[in-house]
Amino acid sequence: MRFFAIISMLAWRNLWRNHRRTIVMLSAITIGVWAMIFMTALMRGMVNDMVRDGIRALPGHVQVHHPQYRDDPSVLNLIPTADSELTKVFSQAGLDGWASRVKVPGIISSERESRGVTLIGVDPALEKSLDALGSNIAAGRNLEGVDDGGVVIGRRLADKLDTELGKRIVLMSQDPDNEIADRGYRIVGLYEANLERYEESFVFAGKSTLQKMLGIEDQVSEVAVMAGDYRDLEGLTERVALLAGGDVEVLPWQQLNRYLGSMLKVMDGFVLVWMIVIFLALSFGLVNTLVMAVFERVREIGLMLALGMRPASILGQILVESSLLLIIGLVLGNALAWASVVPLQDGIDISAVAKGMEMFGASSILYPELELKDIVTANIVVLVLGFLASLSPAWRASRYEPIEAITKV
Amino acid sequence: MTAVRCIDLCKTYRQGDQDIKALDHVNLDIESGGFVCLSAPSGGGKTTLLNAIGGLDSPDSGEVWIAGRRIDNLSKGELAQLRLTQIGFVFQAYNLIPVLSARENVEFVMQVQGVPAAERQDKSRAILKEVGLQGLEDRRPADMSGGQQQRVAVARAIVSRPELVLADEPTANLDSKTSDELMALFVELNEHHNTTFVIATHDQRVMSYARRLIRMLDGRIIDDIDQQAA
Repeated sequence: MRFFAIISMLAWRNLWRNHRRTIVMLSAITIGVWAMIFMTALMRGMVNDMVRDGIRALPGHVQVHHPQYRDDPSVLNLIPTADSELTKVFSQAGLDGWASRVKVPGIISSERESRGVTLIGVDPALEKSLDALGSNIAAGRNLEGVDDGGVVIGRRLADKLDTELGKRIVLMSQDPDNEIADRGYRIVGLYEANLERYEESFVFAGKSTLQKMLGIEDQVSEVAVMAGDYRDLEGLTERVALLAGGDVEVLPWQQLNRYLGSMLKVMDGFVLVWMIVIFLALSFGLVNTLVMAVFERVREIGLMLALGMRPASILGQILVESSLLLIIGLVLGNALAWASVVPLQDGIDISAVAKGMEMFGASSILYPELELKDIVTANIVVLVLGFLASLSPAWRASRYEPIEAITKV
Repeated sequence: MTAVRCIDLCKTYRQGDQDIKALDHVNLDIESGGFVCLSAPSGGGKTTLLNAIGGLDSPDSGEVWIAGRRIDNLSKGELAQLRLTQIGFVFQAYNLIPVLSARENVEFVMQVQGVPAAERQDKSRAILKEVGLQGLEDRRPADMSGGQQQRVAVARAIVSRPELVLADEPTANLDSKTSDELMALFVELNEHHNTTFVIATHDQRVMSYARRLIRMLDGRIIDDIDQQAA
């Protein structure tokens, strides 16, 4: 303890002995830490946004389907249990949000154009709890019940079909007897989504309306369940499997959309690599600063050793000096990153590159997200690797022979 | 009691193609409370002998004993402890730690020894007063003259009352007036505290203060004069 007091004092004073060098090094560490945290917040915001959009488009953190539904998402692979039975079980389960849906491939035709889409029959009251795609109405109204006779389509799809709000379209799909099921509906609402391709792909109708058109009475294609944290779903998946009963497939969103699921894992790895790369650039400056600091003080170090200070205390002094530099740089870098991210909470408009961003599923507004684990990782990377980088100059300083060091010119 | 004993000390340096005998079978006894000057021309071996006595350099052969304990076979850690507790050093230059004040420089050795803060402060103030630096306690070395810096170094060397003080050319960078003042201080400390002083020098004025003068040439003792008797 007595050594720590004296080496701390010496380290602190030596740190400020060459103000300019220390400030340059502190600036480098601060900017490095800022870059680590700020850029990670941007990337994390982009990926999280992609994941959330993906979940909203599916939507649901955990979904229940017929075991063959993912191979053939038609009316032939509906959940065997009746929707009324599912409603009874899931509504009493105390879940954050859930909804059952009919979801089949189909064709939508206006008087001018036809396009392949996914037809989704929903209960608007249940969908509200999921904040699902289609709830952001840009024109007209949302669906008002399971028997609503209208449909809600994406604004982009309306443009593609060369139709508009209030006009009639025809929905067409296959019924359980492999016959064509079709019917005309009026467009009652146009919705907006972050990604244009979502607006072009999904058509919403009342659940009962679609069940009647397809002739499937009280059956649905999927049950979607939402939880608080979309990353930790193991417990929820098991619970939903129990609620749904047998002969169904219960999967979390990561398995339903493997691209998005792997994106989160890739992101974690990428963040670590990114931080280490920045640190490696920083470490050259740090090691150089310490080597110079040691080189300038060879005679002093020799004097301290001659007076009876132990080599371990010299080693400690250089390491404390390096740690102080790192800690001050970390505090400043963290503060700067926080100060940079907070004013950007309303998002950064990157619509100039929106087309490119949409290609891999990101929207044109980027919302930086500071996550505690990223901040902790950045701080640990800088502290631990910085400490390791300091070992070499510190070790060299402690190995000096006192008399050779004192007489060094 | 013998403060320093050197038995058949040898030390050879290699300089280019040549072997330089810095110590050539040196035998020496210094009694406790002695005030001894080692005198030699440059390269005569006085600094090498001083470093060997202080445990800063190890001889190729022979033995060094300090206060009855053999030190030439001690480990680095044991030598560091010996220097910390039993020997005070005054070097020719670069004696002080630049980032510490005069008082903190004096306290440095005591702090490493683990002396409590209050005791350190009392002792450092008292010793700085004794060496004539009262009022300059908080000055950094850069704000002090060469003589004042040497006084701080002397204060640090003696503050924890070591049995032995080794000084290597302590007046080399000082003017004659400051040199006289420093030597007078050494004599006073030697007489009042019975501290053994061994001073390496080639300055005739410094030699005149010593009670015993040992002359060296090419690593050998060529003369050992009791100046009191003379």
